[in-house]
Amino acid sequence: MSDDTSLNLFQQQEANRRRTVLLVIGFVAFFAWLGFGGDYIYYLSTRDAPRTAYHHVFPWFGIALTVIALLTAWYAYATGPEKVLWSTGARPIVDPTDPQEKQLVNVVEEMAIASGVPRPRIWIVDDPDPNAFATGTDPLHAHVAVTRGLLDLCSREELQAVVGHELGHVKNLDVRLMTLLAALVGAVALMHDGATRVLRGGTNLGGGGGGSRGGGKKGGAGPLLAVLLVVWILSWILAPIITQILALAVSRKREYLADAMSAQFTRNPLALASALQKIEGADAPTAAIKRGAAHLCIADPLGRRLTAHEGLFADALATHPPMAKRIAILRGMGYAQLKKEGGGVA
Amino acid sequence: MGSIIFLVVLVVVVGWLIGAYNGLISLKNQTLNAFKQIDVQLKRRHDLIPNLVNAVKGAMEFERSTLEAVIQARNQAVKVNATGPEGVKQISQAENALSSALQRLMVVVEQYPQLKATGNIGQLQEELTSTENKVAFARQLYNDTATQYNTKQQQFPTNMVAGLAKAQPADLWEIEDQAEKAVPQVDLSMKPKV
Repeated sequence: MSDDTSLNLFQQQEANRRRTVLLVIGFVAFFAWLGFGGDYIYYLSTRDAPRTAYHHVFPWFGIALTVIALLTAWYAYATGPEKVLWSTGARPIVDPTDPQEKQLVNVVEEMAIASGVPRPRIWIVDDPDPNAFATGTDPLHAHVAVTRGLLDLCSREELQAVVGHELGHVKNLDVRLMTLLAALVGAVALMHDGATRVLRGGTNLGGGGGGSRGGGKKGGAGPLLAVLLVVWILSWILAPIITQILALAVSRKREYLADAMSAQFTRNPLALASALQKIEGADAPTAAIKRGAAHLCIADPLGRRLTAHEGLFADALATHPPMAKRIAILRGMGYAQLKKEGGGVA
Repeated sequence: MGSIIFLVVLVVVVGWLIGAYNGLISLKNQTLNAFKQIDVQLKRRHDLIPNLVNAVKGAMEFERSTLEAVIQARNQAVKVNATGPEGVKQISQAENALSSALQRLMVVVEQYPQLKATGNIGQLQEELTSTENKVAFARQLYNDTATQYNTKQQQFPTNMVAGLAKAQPADLWEIEDQAEKAVPQVDLSMKPKV
């Protein structure tokens, strides 16, 4: 069994490393397209302009946007965990005095031992709704945050199972990909807002350029220019939607795996099943956790109905797999374990 | 042509050898590291017990034998001088005895609500639960890693490199005797005066 899961773990780590690199490359390439595409369109539209007018030859936009994208990706990677924690208003546990907090620290330490990762930093979100998330760039720089509601609602075993789930995300490097994605989604939304204004000016300019080409000297450039322009504008409009869909698609499958890892660490899948049931039962949305960090959480903090369904539509639009299915899978593990109890190694 | 094929085969074989050897060494070190973790946690436990016993001693005059069993088991465990995975059998025996003594004490504490009501004991109980869990999880990680290591070095074809990597099967940490886990009887006739 341990051989299976370790192989799985290795593959998952590799896949996450690869996906993180792909994400960064895709992000930068997308911005390069926005920049150089704009340059090319601008170049085409000013090529036939009179000698004295401005000719766009050097790809300033492309270089600038590529550099901005690289800096953003680097910045997102370096400060992503901080930003995520900041956006939820989490506070670190430094010197636990409260018995509940002391217990949380103990439970996290226990799970860190069980999973073989260094003890992460522990944060509390003062929100009455039970939820938890993990963030960080690698196991050495990981953070686990739980809400006050989770501490109030869950028993020690259930808390342990939830923390095990989060450390599962840490161990197989889900946190790196998901945190980077969260930071990039935020950055794209921000840039999009800013750039839309610039783009409006740009379309006017492009339109003006298009009008000036009336001589028909270069007939082929007209349709090409139009198509390019349409695709390019569409890219600008769709950028935030694309990143959002990426965030959704990336997080669903790995919830099942993290559930399985929690079960492996605690050897108690039924505890996670009952914790998930409690979290599901308290259906108030987690107010402190906003859309941007939703895919990091153990349960959808927005309490969307969509999460309850499985299917093409839900697959594309929900951040989390259906809770009922997760619980059913964990119960299955639990009963299988009870059945062969006594045969296994402690 | 023939020499090219030979070269390719050679490269593949050498590549596999390096991979298998490094895989074994990595697992061996992971096993050692996991064992160190147990050591760390056991040390923590040994340090915690005197505090625990002092805290409940006053309130538990009547359970002297349970306390003495814990102290004795603890001293026995501290005395064990074996280190490394070779000493697993010896260490695990002493530690399992201590585990069951502690379990008996916890059950006894559970039986006396007035003992639990004092905040101090509640904290100590949490500490003890956590320490026991840490020992158990460290053991679990060690057993998982060691099993993986053992399986790897016995499986074909990695077993051919096992000698080269000086891989030897690591002992697993045995689970304690079921009889020792039996729930202790609390002698009600000696109930303390309220």
